[in-house]
Amino acid sequence: MAQPNLPNNPDPSPAQPPFVVEMRGIVKRFPGVLANDHVDFELRPGEIHALLGENGAGKSTLMNVLAGLYRQDSGVIKINGVPVTFSSPRDAINAGIGMIHQHFMLVPSQTVTENILLGLDNPRFILNLSRYDSKIAELGKQFGLEVDPRAKIWQLSVGEQQRVEILKMLYRGANVLIMDEPTAVLAPQEIEGLFSILRSMTAQGKSIIFISHKLNEITAIADRVTVLRRGKVTAAGQPARGLTRQQLANLMVGRDVIFNLEKKPVQRGEVVLDIQDVHADNDKGLPALRGVSINVCAGEIVGLAGVAGNGQRELSQVITGLRKCKQGRIYLNGETVSNRSVIFGIQRGMAYIPEDRTHVGTAPNLSVTDNVIMRKYRQSPISQYGLLNMPLAVKYANELKQAYDIIVPHVSTPVRLLSGGNLQRVILAREISGQPQFMVAVQPTRGLDVGAIEGVHRLLLAQREAGAAILLISEELEELLSLSDRIYVIYEGKIMGEVKIEPGEPDPGLIETIGLMMTGTPLEQIEQQGVRVHG
Amino acid sequence: MAEKTKLFTRIKFYRIRIEPRLSEPPAWYPPLISVGALILALILGGILIKLAGGDPIRSYAHIAKASFGNIGVISDTIVKATPILMTALACSIAFRMKLWNIGAEGQFIMGAFGASAIVLTKVLPPETSRWVFIPLMMLAGMAGGAIWGFIPGYLKAKFNVNEIISSLMLNYIAVAWVNFWIFAVWTEAGFQMSPKFPLNAWLPRLTDYAQNIPALSGLTTHMGLLFGILAAVILWLVVFRSCWGYEIRLIGDNPQAARYAGVNIAKNTLLVMMLSGALAGLGGMSEVSGMVHRLQTAPIAAGYGFTGIIVAWLSKLNPLAIIFVSILFGALILAGREIQPSGVPKMIQGIILVCLIASDFLLRYRVRIVNTAEEK
Repeated sequence: MAQPNLPNNPDPSPAQPPFVVEMRGIVKRFPGVLANDHVDFELRPGEIHALLGENGAGKSTLMNVLAGLYRQDSGVIKINGVPVTFSSPRDAINAGIGMIHQHFMLVPSQTVTENILLGLDNPRFILNLSRYDSKIAELGKQFGLEVDPRAKIWQLSVGEQQRVEILKMLYRGANVLIMDEPTAVLAPQEIEGLFSILRSMTAQGKSIIFISHKLNEITAIADRVTVLRRGKVTAAGQPARGLTRQQLANLMVGRDVIFNLEKKPVQRGEVVLDIQDVHADNDKGLPALRGVSINVCAGEIVGLAGVAGNGQRELSQVITGLRKCKQGRIYLNGETVSNRSVIFGIQRGMAYIPEDRTHVGTAPNLSVTDNVIMRKYRQSPISQYGLLNMPLAVKYANELKQAYDIIVPHVSTPVRLLSGGNLQRVILAREISGQPQFMVAVQPTRGLDVGAIEGVHRLLLAQREAGAAILLISEELEELLSLSDRIYVIYEGKIMGEVKIEPGEPDPGLIETIGLMMTGTPLEQIEQQGVRVHG
Repeated sequence: MAEKTKLFTRIKFYRIRIEPRLSEPPAWYPPLISVGALILALILGGILIKLAGGDPIRSYAHIAKASFGNIGVISDTIVKATPILMTALACSIAFRMKLWNIGAEGQFIMGAFGASAIVLTKVLPPETSRWVFIPLMMLAGMAGGAIWGFIPGYLKAKFNVNEIISSLMLNYIAVAWVNFWIFAVWTEAGFQMSPKFPLNAWLPRLTDYAQNIPALSGLTTHMGLLFGILAAVILWLVVFRSCWGYEIRLIGDNPQAARYAGVNIAKNTLLVMMLSGALAGLGGMSEVSGMVHRLQTAPIAAGYGFTGIIVAWLSKLNPLAIIFVSILFGALILAGREIQPSGVPKMIQGIILVCLIASDFLLRYRVRIVNTAEEK
């Protein structure tokens, strides 16, 4: 099928079908990952439908299928009741579906009008730009998207650029707008502006799919919510009004505890990592950590819970020396490690399992051998006098391949050919084999299948038994509950509180407390109210 | 992303579908593709020679004879290949780190200048021993190139200035700088060249030993070749067997992972640009001292730095492969001048390059012919 099967009449007919978009049984598989597992999704005309889920839950994949960027392995998409096949984003736009990506696709040196007309077949040559300027200004006024059509993109604020992206889609006749985490780049006051634009668009019959993992925004703006978790739907089109933020959090992160893990009691040792009142900025220069104080002792796993984007990533980077700390200090066995080099931490037994396996954790075109020596190539006996001992490195890689069950024909294979689970084993092998005193593990099981997850969990527990101090940063509550001895909860760069996890099935009240802290209620406040409720 | 990169070409019921390869092709496949591309390039070149009114077979035979036909021309080929070898090595190390040093030309010229300055400023009397002259000229040449590499490296490391632009622009400054000295200061009786170097500042050539071995008479292959081969071997060891080389490969493949491994990217940017410059500078030294024997712009600023980019790329940045590819290019340049000073030989070089680079596509994508009628 080269040509998409489009509805002949895009205008809503008198007998309008109940859904503008209907997706049934969508399956999309990537090497080693089942990103969408029989997902159903429905969009009613004139609604704002939130699509909620953690990173890697499959929301972007589902929407990329709808926007024509990916093709589903199986499943049906219907637009206004008519089945369609999209082979490119152009087909999707022709069917009235426009996606607004998180990263804007605009040319900074061109004007708003030029950007909007870019790539259109009609007009092919622009002779009279001012005619289009007024047309675009008019369209903007209609939906409350006021932008100067003659302004150059680089002169606009991020919020205004986003309006240009929306206008671009509206100008192409989009009826359904997919917005991928539109608030991630906006300041709080701009978010309010975006919400009123969204409302004015739905009032005029447009339908909006709003991808997010920020719970408060969803309760504020969405009519209905669909929640995805590990590629499956956990809540399908539920009315947003009836849901509390906490229920949403539960749907998103799950709370079925993994019971088949054997967690041996371990004598807690001395404090290994001590973080005191740490402040740091994110990549955009905005404060990401505002006075975080936590500690991790030898022989324990300390969990850090929280919804994505609340400072977890920055905290892991500050600890490992990849990010500057503006205020406060971090001590490893009593020695200051904050604002020192990465090597400083490595030399003192700090291991780090980064969040992003392919972009941070490994060098994709280098061999398994080159990747396993990444954090110890400076040390004897892997290198001496600045020269690498390659036969030894290969032998070492083969040992790790055996011990950690890395499935690869040969250690000279470039790691980009490895599956997600194997790649994670390469990273774990590298980090654990050095007998670390302290380890930060960020989302160590994201995107892995069940078997691989269990393997990672066992390795972490084995490290705990060996006396390592482990900070486990995860968005999966079930993982934190089954592995951790204590859990801190982070919200907007602040620690909301700390809870102890007793062995056995966690009590529902505890889960509720963590859920409340994840949505911004400090522990003291919950305890005060709790006394009132129970008393 | 599979869907996005799929291209469709419709020929009635069949269409060609191009899809990305998901697994590594077998080991014999890449060399086969390269050879195929070379043959295709020669065929295309042959067609153009035919169109220009020549006889392709005879032209190719002539090229082969003119560059490899006897020991004399083989020596000439090697002399041509030597500066290319050095500049290609220079480019390869920078490219390995994804530093696009387009300034090997300027670094080569500054190397030639540095080496010449040792002779022409007359800090050493002309009768100084070879054993003093040549090592000093080598050092000065490498220093000249390293300084020329340091400038874009520093700008990149400190202010994130695009090294392509800065290194390219420095090429023109290098030419102007050398011109100033040979026009104004070291001019030979008003001509745009310096006086000839004293014999002790010449690199030993094969022909210098003709008294003992008559067969070497007339062979101008000089010691620069030895420098080049030695540099290639050392560079291979540095890249694949040293910690520093490991850091360079890591940064080149994934700068974020390099940061995570604790590699200082700014420091390496500076060092690699300087090493790249020093290698090109050594090439410049070997050219003035082994071949030209005087400082003169025309034979030195002959585009070796740019040919080096091509050779480095065709060799997939492998220092040992560079030795052979630069000899091939030396042959093409030499033989090209035999048939026609410019035009056709340059064109054949261009065709070879385009075919080889385009053939990379077949390593990453698979071409399939699909019957659309069956699909429906």
